[in-house]
Amino acid sequence: MSTTMEAVASAARADAPPAIMLDKVNKWYGAMHVLRDVSLNVAMGERLVVCGPSGSGKSTLIRCINRLETHQEGSIKVDGIELSDDLRALDAIRREVGMVFQSFNLFPHLTVLENCTLAPIWVRHMPKAEAETLAMEYLERVKIPEQAQKYPGQLSGGQQQRVAIARALCMKPKIMLFDEPTSALDPEMIKEVLEVMVGLAETGMTMVCVTHEMGFARQVADRVVFMDRGEIVEQGPPGEIFENPRTDRLKLFLSQILRGH
Amino acid sequence: MSTTAIANPIPTPARPAPITLVGPIGWMRANLFAGWVSSLVSLLLLFLIVKWALGFIEWGVINAVWSVPNNQTQACRDLRGTGACWAVITEKHRFILFGTYPYEEQWRAFAAILIFIALFIVSALRRFWRKELLLVWVAALGSIGVLMWGGVLGLAYVPQERWGGLVITLILATFGLAFAFPLAILVALGRRSRLPAIKALCVIYVELIRGVPLISLLFMASVMFPLFLPEGMNIDKLLRAQIAIILFAGAYLAEVVRGGLQALSRGQYEAADALGLSYWKKTGFIVLPQALRLVIPPLVNTFIGFFKDTSLVLIIGIFDLLTAGKTAIIEPAWQGFGIEVYLTVGFIYFCFCFAMSRYSQNLEAELNRHRVR
Repeated sequence: MSTTMEAVASAARADAPPAIMLDKVNKWYGAMHVLRDVSLNVAMGERLVVCGPSGSGKSTLIRCINRLETHQEGSIKVDGIELSDDLRALDAIRREVGMVFQSFNLFPHLTVLENCTLAPIWVRHMPKAEAETLAMEYLERVKIPEQAQKYPGQLSGGQQQRVAIARALCMKPKIMLFDEPTSALDPEMIKEVLEVMVGLAETGMTMVCVTHEMGFARQVADRVVFMDRGEIVEQGPPGEIFENPRTDRLKLFLSQILRGH
Repeated sequence: MSTTAIANPIPTPARPAPITLVGPIGWMRANLFAGWVSSLVSLLLLFLIVKWALGFIEWGVINAVWSVPNNQTQACRDLRGTGACWAVITEKHRFILFGTYPYEEQWRAFAAILIFIALFIVSALRRFWRKELLLVWVAALGSIGVLMWGGVLGLAYVPQERWGGLVITLILATFGLAFAFPLAILVALGRRSRLPAIKALCVIYVELIRGVPLISLLFMASVMFPLFLPEGMNIDKLLRAQIAIILFAGAYLAEVVRGGLQALSRGQYEAADALGLSYWKKTGFIVLPQALRLVIPPLVNTFIGFFKDTSLVLIIGIFDLLTAGKTAIIEPAWQGFGIEVYLTVGFIYFCFCFAMSRYSQNLEAELNRHRVR
């Protein structure tokens, strides 16, 4: 029953123009082949979860999307713009793509509010007062407006990650990338971050999440992509991927993470 | 064994610590008189300090001669070392501060010193840290130039050869660090550049300059450099020394700044990139503010070092503070009063260096507040 509903939902989204298009992307770190012929389309408004064992290239993949890593072969188009050495195109893409890191990467010398207003003021050229109003709006959405004047070092890990999400959202991105956002958190803090992400998913944001949180994947993902050794092994609606894995590699991975939880 | 849990529903209120643990008494007990050995050492040191301090007061204040008439230093010589001859300072202080600057024009050099000190104080206060401060520096350094050289606004022209004393030390140190610091930041950034030409240029600059002593650079600036200039063309000697000092300090400071850049995690660069900040905005808002905070102690260490290293210009015949002090006691009447002169000169150096040191500690504490949980 739920599977059919998801199928309908993803079918509806497939009509929308793709937000991200990867075509036969290859990447090497030195001699190591870390992405192998990866082709993937993400529709506008689609929520995609990427999972896989460590070293499978899932983080590299997501970091290629906003060119924190460069790919050597194939093409990546984001919001219709091809990623290349053209810095202007890169700036245009980075304005539209928000990213949340595993280790938060907040700027420790700036207050929470300054973390959120810096890019809107200096990249989007927004007036300071307007940027602050916007930042407070998003801080409220991640439920920590009262911490606005504190420094990141004074917050817990979960609070820091929520600030990082608010900081990315303040740029009003069309696409949000999450690179293992809960992996560095203590168990009791994972929930508060996931709640924020679920809330964000409900607004229709295009999201690509690298995560091992299967509960989150089941709840919000339109599609789950399983990667292993630099290639996409299986993809499909979360119900199908988790209940009926077709490959041994996915079966092994699922048994490992289920044992771990 | 009973399995009944023991409950304590009322929290125990905190009591003040006993008087022997806190306050000055507690401190003395813990640090000076913790055991009989420690007490013995404390008393011995206290005795030596008091004895030395009394001796110094007797020499420097009670038995001291503060002034003598017409260079008649017999009164000083009669002391036979039992008292200080501060008369040498009374007599020569203008020479030590201003060198051979024309006597009636020395107020100009004095005004320059005051402008320098005011400039330091204004720059030290964080509430003045904004773009306008740059204009203040340009105006201050410009007016110091006008005051010292003259030749305009009815001020008589004073050639650079006649400048000397504390003014020279302040000029060399202030202009030197004011130009060397931005240069150092650019070089440090350049050394981490992905562009091979820029990187190579910066590496060569740092390694070449660090590879030679400052003295040889000063010699080159004063002796060799003019040989390469066309006949009749001459660049001011002080300016040449100044450039040598800027280049030398720049190389050392660049390495200090680079240390700070390297201490920054890759995640900071990536977060700035992901937000779409351009290279210069990323550098200005994220990288440098963090990197420079981290290196305040070695940075100020280098600043203090260079403030004192300016005294090396004596080898190319520029009269800085130390050289002026040395020259003041060449005159036969005042020979033999080196201790008084060197103590005074040392005290002046100490005031500037200690101020820098204290200020850097405050700055460090204040700027790194965000690290305290």
